[in-house]
Amino acid sequence: MPVRTVEEPVKSRLLSALEDQDTTVMIDDALENTMVLNMGPQHPATHGVLRVLVKLDGETVVAAVPELGYLHRGYEKIAENSSYHEFIPHTDRLDYLSPLSNNVGYVLAVEKLIGVEVPRRAQFIRVMCCEMARIASHLVAGGALAMDVGALTVLLWAFREREKLMDIYDVLCGARFTTSYTRIGGLQQDWTTQCTSMLTRFLDEFDNNVAEVETLLLANRIFIDRCENVGYLSRAEVIGLGLTGPLLRAAGVPRDLRRDNPYLVYSELDFEVITATESDVLARFYVRLAEMKESARILRQCLDKLPQGPINAQEAKRVLPKKERIYTKMEELIHDFMLINLGIDPPVGEVYQGIESSKGEFGIFIVSDGTGQPWRMKIRSPSAMNLQALPKMLKGGMISDIVAVIGSIDPVMGEADK
Amino acid sequence: MSMNERILEKLRSSFPESIESENMFRNDLTAQIRKSDILRVCRFLCDDAELAFDMIIDLVGTDMYRPSARFEIVYNLYSLKNKCYARLKVAVDENEAAVDSVTSVWEGADWHEREAYDMIGVKFTGHPDHRRMYMPEEFEYHPLRKDFPLMGVPDSIPLPRK
Repeated sequence: MPVRTVEEPVKSRLLSALEDQDTTVMIDDALENTMVLNMGPQHPATHGVLRVLVKLDGETVVAAVPELGYLHRGYEKIAENSSYHEFIPHTDRLDYLSPLSNNVGYVLAVEKLIGVEVPRRAQFIRVMCCEMARIASHLVAGGALAMDVGALTVLLWAFREREKLMDIYDVLCGARFTTSYTRIGGLQQDWTTQCTSMLTRFLDEFDNNVAEVETLLLANRIFIDRCENVGYLSRAEVIGLGLTGPLLRAAGVPRDLRRDNPYLVYSELDFEVITATESDVLARFYVRLAEMKESARILRQCLDKLPQGPINAQEAKRVLPKKERIYTKMEELIHDFMLINLGIDPPVGEVYQGIESSKGEFGIFIVSDGTGQPWRMKIRSPSAMNLQALPKMLKGGMISDIVAVIGSIDPVMGEADK
Repeated sequence: MSMNERILEKLRSSFPESIESENMFRNDLTAQIRKSDILRVCRFLCDDAELAFDMIIDLVGTDMYRPSARFEIVYNLYSLKNKCYARLKVAVDENEAAVDSVTSVWEGADWHEREAYDMIGVKFTGHPDHRRMYMPEEFEYHPLRKDFPLMGVPDSIPLPRK
């Protein structure tokens, strides 16, 4: 397999001049017909602080080098120095468009390490969290892609729908974005009937609202022309690059961890794994649209099947007790004190747990040395690994395609940069 | 026979000397491979028609902070055909902190290896674009090493000129 061919601009004098001081570059040879364009990190179409150095020949992209790290906050280092419970709020700030699914992914990994299974009611609620997060995230992805190629209306409509989900988050966990909803071995609060009625109302309107977006875009010549056959990747390239999520499925590979390596109660739910074969920007947009409808289907099933029962596992030494019991019972006070100050005592070992988040496979790899803090915690962030395909997708395309391609990858830099 | 046993059996028969240890924890398979053989083993796992580990999901560099074999590199592989994961592990000594790059097997290992180099400072020989991933190129430390302080090193990142 040939290795990447973007070495050339990396070593060029132009690029090093740009990297050194971000200033104007003087070109000695007037006949040199390629130029280097520095796009980002402060650019509205890069979805955050992604920086792409693009080498252009006229309007054609010769090579592109994405630069990451502008939002690097060292979360893996922070994780090594905090207890397992303390890290939960940090997971909100990874993929900040779907905080709930990060919460779930993280606690699943810790629960796998310590060998705790949450009650069924909590599992259903967690599935609903993941699917609401997926819908919210795909809404932004679709809306932002449409905005990037010039259709602002869709973004506003998508945000209107997303706002309804945010309201549900608000009732469910008391926060719209920084949810920190899951706990190791359970959940922070129970699902309420108010959440059920809000979600039912959202789902009742949802199909119509998606159909509205579809009529707006899928018969729109400008949108189709901007997206069709742009950012193509072959099936072999997609697999070789290790892409996951809608990018992989848009290339005709039906990999979905919810079905292939099921976690929570996904094996009991009925849903389709959406694939497309064209592997271009438009196909990825289709896949996301159809996935939202599948998520809505899953949510309806969850609402029907949601069992009664406890939401926290009965493991006094590992699961945080309820606040009112801490204040009134001695045992719970001791357990809470030990859990907060010393952390859970997990076994020595290494675990990896991946979940199918909206961007792709979000995974947590924990190396435990038996103490209350992880020895090493690696975040497998789908956004970063999907961005790796950017040079390949851009090469040979037009400069105006760059924003469409970035929109189709749907990177969230909070997660890519950790 | 479970998939994990099948993987181990094939590895044992093809590379009897390369496997230093095997470990199963929570049904996750980890095989520790001799450092010099990692590229061959990866190539075999990827090309083998039955196992077909065609995706690299993750590559983790860990600082174990011990006198010998200080670093560990963990390769987390996925087989689309069998829908299963497998982990390979390589122990790396501090004095010769370099491993063969597996970018020739999976292109996707590129950024993973850059990240591991950035964070713990293990070099990957044969990597096509061996730069840091997150930290600035002139940064001289590797932040995920255990001897790097949580608060960082003062003045280690130069501020932009006014």
